[in-house]
Amino acid sequence: MTSQMSVDHAVSYTADEMMTVSAARVLRDGMTCFVGIGLPSSAANLARATHAPSLVLIYESGTIGAKPAQLPLSIGDGMLAETADAVVSVPEIFNYWLQPGRIDVGFLGAAQIDKFGNINTTVIGGDYRNPKVRLPGAGGAPEIAASCREVIVVVRQSYRSFVERVDFVTSVGYGSGPGDRERLGLTGAGPKKIITDLGVLEPDPETLEFTLTGLYPGVSASAAKERTGWDLASAAEPEIIAAPTPAELDALRRFQGTRARSHQ
Amino acid sequence: MAEIVSLAEAVERAIHDGDAVAMEGFTHLIPFAAGHEVMRQRRRDLTLIRMTPDLIYDQLIGAGCVRKLIFSWGGNPGVGSLHRFRDAVEHSWPVPLEIEEHSHAGMANRYVAGASGLPFAVLRGYNGTDLYRLETLSGGRGPVSATTAPTIKPITCPFTGETLTAVSAIRPDVAVIHAQRADRSGNVQLWGIIGVQKEAVLASERSVVTVEEIVDELEPRPGAVVLPGWTVSFVAQAPGGAHPSYALGYSARDNDYYVAWDAIARERGTFTKWLEEQVYVVPAGQL
Repeated sequence: MTSQMSVDHAVSYTADEMMTVSAARVLRDGMTCFVGIGLPSSAANLARATHAPSLVLIYESGTIGAKPAQLPLSIGDGMLAETADAVVSVPEIFNYWLQPGRIDVGFLGAAQIDKFGNINTTVIGGDYRNPKVRLPGAGGAPEIAASCREVIVVVRQSYRSFVERVDFVTSVGYGSGPGDRERLGLTGAGPKKIITDLGVLEPDPETLEFTLTGLYPGVSASAAKERTGWDLASAAEPEIIAAPTPAELDALRRFQGTRARSHQ
Repeated sequence: MAEIVSLAEAVERAIHDGDAVAMEGFTHLIPFAAGHEVMRQRRRDLTLIRMTPDLIYDQLIGAGCVRKLIFSWGGNPGVGSLHRFRDAVEHSWPVPLEIEEHSHAGMANRYVAGASGLPFAVLRGYNGTDLYRLETLSGGRGPVSATTAPTIKPITCPFTGETLTAVSAIRPDVAVIHAQRADRSGNVQLWGIIGVQKEAVLASERSVVTVEEIVDELEPRPGAVVLPGWTVSFVAQAPGGAHPSYALGYSARDNDYYVAWDAIARERGTFTKWLEEQVYVVPAGQL
């Protein structure tokens, strides 16, 4: 998504930049954050570079408290290890750090997501043994989704990827609705926000179905509904989320400009 | 005690057709040189095990060395799909690929069980996922393959009565890893992102370790993992053997190569050309 959005003042920005800034803003200073690669990593690093300098970034490669000066391409770039407070083995990061519920927020991406926030990163279409599209698979996401105190999903919104029911449940959101997380013994509270390139979705407190609660400047609720594969309910007046500030955009672009050349 | 040999000899003696081989390295220290030697020696029907099958397994799959893949995340990190892996799963090219997939936490614990000499490990995980359902529901999607016994099952805690998840141990025939250095007795030292390499080596029957350099004495390093020589079968010197991955303190991750791989692997023709010109051009055993 590279469409330019215009705003009242002179700053222009892309829908991806708005999404990344919006995601960064939900991270509070001092939180511990288990970071997935891609959009979530961009947003978490932006938060640390702007309003949350003490945000603790944890990557599944075992780097705890990583402070990269540039955006890493992978979750195991050398600068993550070199700037971390501690580097631990992969069994340790999952067993000692993630599993007991020590980590405040899990920041995840998705290939397909449904109205209960269940995530699919495994297969799309066909059946499991003969899928139309074979995706990378689970990685750390199932246990991040299960065990972080809460989860934020950052994903571009489209009719095809926002579906009534995911083709394959790789990582559990609210399952089939209220009571499922408790029944399954999942210790974290589950997904609290889906942050997209159009706005923000949050679970309805009663039904746990994701509803539209925020929109970016210039985006209409009907546009968000058109790009959703379930009958998307909307708050009576979705919050209009502030456009990126020049400081946020500067920080984000500085990071992204360095990524392609980033080495340890 | 580890034998210090050439990479070609190590692969020749340790890895045979039909073996279950775990080449580990979590983004860092991925044993590319050893993987390429396996391709040159035209091993076939391998079961490859790896948490993050990235480019090296894409290459081995495309080269036709692999019958089955056991993994938890198969992608080109930060770039996109593994096209050779997808082509094998979606179109059985060059040969059909059987898969058995897990989460990272599940795979990590399966290695821990293997290294610990236990038949299984316990974790909180998989509940509510279709990864679990694949292995437990008859009449659902069914098992991944008829020849695969379930690897995930519920287990009741004997102390609290809580239902947890058991995953079966992984015990590869061979582990292959890359490390920064070894001494002349074959003691191996690695540091930085250490992944699951120690567990993979200790879980395996045999092991091949490639190193950046062989030194007279291993100078102690904080946080380093040391695998005593008597836990390792073969050590081979392979400077730069992790490229395009990296060896902290010796090289940087070649992110441009990971991006460039996407175009090489996308089509069978460009991949085959790469294989001929970059891998097979070196006769087996002459690296």
